[in-house]
Amino acid sequence: MQNAELFTLTYGAIVRQLLTDLEDVDEVNKQLDQMGYNIGIRLIDEFLAKSNVSRCVNFKETAEVIAKVGFKMFLGITATVTNWDVDGSSCSLVLEDNPLVDFVELPDMCQGLYYCNVLSGVIRGALEMVSMKTEVTWVRDMLRGDDAYELRLKLLKQVPEEYPYKDDE
Amino acid sequence: MIGAGRTKQYANVLDKPLSKGRQEVSLSAFSFLFSEIVQYNQTQVDNIAELERRLEDAGYAVGARVLELLCHREKGNRRETRLLGILSFVHSTVWKVLFGKVADSLEKGTEHEDEYMISENELLVNRFISVPKDMGAFNCGAFVAGIVKGVLDGAGFPAVVTAHFVPMEQQQRPRTTILIKFAEEVLRREAKLG
Repeated sequence: MQNAELFTLTYGAIVRQLLTDLEDVDEVNKQLDQMGYNIGIRLIDEFLAKSNVSRCVNFKETAEVIAKVGFKMFLGITATVTNWDVDGSSCSLVLEDNPLVDFVELPDMCQGLYYCNVLSGVIRGALEMVSMKTEVTWVRDMLRGDDAYELRLKLLKQVPEEYPYKDDE
Repeated sequence: MIGAGRTKQYANVLDKPLSKGRQEVSLSAFSFLFSEIVQYNQTQVDNIAELERRLEDAGYAVGARVLELLCHREKGNRRETRLLGILSFVHSTVWKVLFGKVADSLEKGTEHEDEYMISENELLVNRFISVPKDMGAFNCGAFVAGIVKGVLDGAGFPAVVTAHFVPMEQQQRPRTTILIKFAEEVLRREAKLG
């Protein structure tokens, strides 16, 4: 385990670098999401190797596993899964705590920033590696004045696993 | 309204009570993030020196905040004013909070009066990094050097801080040495204080 403060401050440093380099909050949001995606597609391997979870039968179970096992394993927090739509393809993850935002306050010039956008990218990337195309967006963000951190998780498509796998040419 | 969670809302970040710093994230969460920082910065530069400088800048921002946080929380709002005091603050207090242990060694340079070295056998940021041959002496420890510089600068001890690999006989991987070269004025002031 690793002290969360170094993690928090390091994340802050990268967000600041992006803001300086890209000079546009939308671009920063995109880049943070991309970084999260890059992390997600690698992180899923470690998750599957260490978590001992069995195959999820449906998207509902997947969401629960992310909220209770995934968040716990990497960030030491958990989330609550709520607000399912009727066909069980989208839901909300409400974070109980958020180590990314300690010491953080958004200045006026950054009001459009989704500070924690890396998280949505991580989930999207990780799920893509287990054949689920998803869309992950922030619905509520306390840094923007809301009363909680809430991610909306929407299953777009279950990509069938292709078999036999093609060897690299 | 559904489960707003335990997080309480504060109008201002300063109203929020300061955390005790016991929260933890997984080692890989940090390592993944750090790897992204290195990769992103690689796209922004043409050479190794620039890459190290950018990592150092990122670290500097962390160091400046760490100083403020730790002086307040660990030192009862007191800040070290003497050279050895601030060095041992970095070597012990800062290291312990950031990396979970005190640094492996703190030494004075043998050739120059103004040089000090903090060494770590397996520095966190170098732990999962292997530097490709064509990148020469690139050292991700530049990030930690930046942290150290941020702390020292903030405390009124301006210095040039760099990270170096030092091969060791007993271990396969080189250790990382953070070399601190204090500005002239720091040594002059220190001499005056006696």
